[in-house]
Amino acid sequence: MTTASPLITDDDADISSSADEAGRVSGGKKGGRSQFTGRDRTVFIAMVAIPSIIHIAIVWIPTFLSILLSFTKWNGIRFSSLEITGVENYDQTLLGAFKGDTYQAILNNFWLLLFLFFGPTLLGMLLAYLLDKNLKGTRIYQSLFYTPVVLSLAVVGFIWQNVMYDQQYGLATVAFGGGGTVDWLGNQEFLFSFGGYGLSKNFIAILFAMAWRHTGYIMVLYLAGMKSVDAALRESASLDGCNEWQTFRHVLFPTLKPINVIVVVITVIEALRAYDIIAVLNEPRNTELLSHLTTNALVGEGADNIGRGSAYATMLFLLCIGFVLWYVTNHYRKQENTV
Amino acid sequence: MLGRRNAIKGAAALGGMAAFGGVLAACGSDDPASSGDDGSADGGGEMASGTVRVGSNYSDAIPNAALRAALDVLPNEDLVVELNEVDHNTYQEQIVAYLQDPPDDVAPWFAGFRLQALASQDLLLDISDVWTNQLDDVLSGGFKQASTYDGKQYFVPWTYYSWQVHYRPSVWEELGATPPATFDELLTLCETLDAAGVTPFALGNDGRWPAMGTFDQLNFRLNGYQYHVDLMAGKESWTDDRTKEVFTKWEQLLPYHQPDPNGREWQDAAAALVNGEAAMYVIGGFVGSQFPQDELDDLDFFPYPELNPEHGQDTVEAPIDGWVVVANPDNEAAAKEVVAHFGTALAQDAYLAGDPSVQAPNSNVDTSKYNAMQAKSAAAVQNATNVTQFLDRDTLPAFATEAGQAIADFLANPANIDTILADLQGKAEALL
Repeated sequence: MTTASPLITDDDADISSSADEAGRVSGGKKGGRSQFTGRDRTVFIAMVAIPSIIHIAIVWIPTFLSILLSFTKWNGIRFSSLEITGVENYDQTLLGAFKGDTYQAILNNFWLLLFLFFGPTLLGMLLAYLLDKNLKGTRIYQSLFYTPVVLSLAVVGFIWQNVMYDQQYGLATVAFGGGGTVDWLGNQEFLFSFGGYGLSKNFIAILFAMAWRHTGYIMVLYLAGMKSVDAALRESASLDGCNEWQTFRHVLFPTLKPINVIVVVITVIEALRAYDIIAVLNEPRNTELLSHLTTNALVGEGADNIGRGSAYATMLFLLCIGFVLWYVTNHYRKQENTV
Repeated sequence: MLGRRNAIKGAAALGGMAAFGGVLAACGSDDPASSGDDGSADGGGEMASGTVRVGSNYSDAIPNAALRAALDVLPNEDLVVELNEVDHNTYQEQIVAYLQDPPDDVAPWFAGFRLQALASQDLLLDISDVWTNQLDDVLSGGFKQASTYDGKQYFVPWTYYSWQVHYRPSVWEELGATPPATFDELLTLCETLDAAGVTPFALGNDGRWPAMGTFDQLNFRLNGYQYHVDLMAGKESWTDDRTKEVFTKWEQLLPYHQPDPNGREWQDAAAALVNGEAAMYVIGGFVGSQFPQDELDDLDFFPYPELNPEHGQDTVEAPIDGWVVVANPDNEAAAKEVVAHFGTALAQDAYLAGDPSVQAPNSNVDTSKYNAMQAKSAAAVQNATNVTQFLDRDTLPAFATEAGQAIADFLANPANIDTILADLQGKAEALL
């Protein structure tokens, strides 16, 4: 069965498989080598080698150096002041004086991931489903839901800080504050906690601001996917007596698989890279993410120890690479099986 | 409400949050008269010439215009001064990257520990000769001390202001209140004000620096100047009973503060003082910038009340702003001439004419032009036995961040103070 989503098309798949082939050809393991001339081979090698070298130089070498730096203490000014301290940075951040910040930050990244999956993703899917029904004024709704996506998260932060969450005049304060003032962004109290860590109320407030933007993004992805589903599929489903839910669950949803994959990827990326909205709100207490701990230790005036910042960055890197490895092994293995 | 600071932050965000040192160099200079190369400048002689680049974090309209006025009165007409303007907060955060490859010769900075932190990394030029030749006679010893690291001077004091308890005399008159002299009087006053329906203390701690001011006042009133210095240097402990006592006193006062301070910007707290919702505000003299200009006469301050007879009111918190020359400037002679100019009464008078919220350190400054607040603040600093800078200027910046978080945690949950202080002490030991 073909799924023709505008985002992952079969053309893309062809390109990647021919790239694979090119790799194999240069390895000389597959037949049909004779159809490539020496010049073709040079071109193939150059096409693979040049991007690889650039990639290694600007991604992997700095990553590797950063991991090395995490075993040092250095103020970032002169190499002569660099001391090798072994695992001290990890000791401080995971077991020592800074562990409270570290675990709360990792937990916050986790809350963000969880929230993005169950909040904006489901809501975005629902909105897409409703808009796909070609209601009257669909385009207007679509534009309204999508508008926040064109804003940077930093701008979203300012808008919510001033329009929604102003302690006295904010829309949210007027609507839910019962006539009084509400400290939406400053209230660092935990909604629930365990062992000193938890989910703080101001973090929830920020999650809602992020959802405002993220929902529209997810909606557009699903909407694009649903628009491209063959109408005959739904017809036959309804002829077979499927109700609305069954049609969605067993017919529509499976055909949206490429979209689901994209959504999973961007959600995880979004949860790990989130930084700007919280930074422009002056990083209220208990809303710090790993990215803030990293940046504060690396680049601020208070950047006394590049090593500790690198240790945080390495943790973030391990979380990312863990996901990437899991994703690549699972996703591509499945694809190979189906070929 | 879109505050002034938000607008600045907004501009920074739109301009690209992720840009580091480069952004400083990229910020435009609006001096079209800049001549190209300045290689000829090091020729020696009395008067320097050529182009000298001055970095500026005076990003708000009033200080910016005042700074330009001060540079306009530079007597040497052979010197072309290019001003390279950077947003205030951005400048501070990127200072280390900036100084490693500085686009400018002269740069603004702060006195005290923060100066020493940069000087100790060889990021600044030793300007002891400027002091010997031109500044020793016109700047008092305390200012020289604040400009010194390891016996050499690296800094020219430019302006200062003091942290005090600000209030509106007209509001107090209506309430029949008078400035308290002791902690007990302060508590009684708070009860009276509270009963009259006025919040005794305004407080907005967004950004986690404003409440440091209250901590400092309580700490040096209770434990003295030396304890403040030693605590900031990591020589005294945050788990010490004396430190704990600061928070105990503060906790007694907390019910008399505006609630939920952590989510409020200092400007919004200032608004509560302006419109009479709050009676007092522990803040720097820059609070005047939040007052309507025609109501500035109705702004006064008193020093924080005495908590411990041993220390009385002998300490004033007065952060000093000034200028440094970067290590290896392009045009050293011109850079030194410009910082020397910043030390003169001529330049400082020109600045004060444009920005009356601060005071100037040169002893020949025309103090007859001071308004009542400026005169009172200058006198307070001159008469003080000890002058502190501010929590985040008297300790390692990395530790100041942690202390700010601890204070915010305390304001959110005072009952948790033991855990908070133990945690902070752990960080002090790791960092200091």
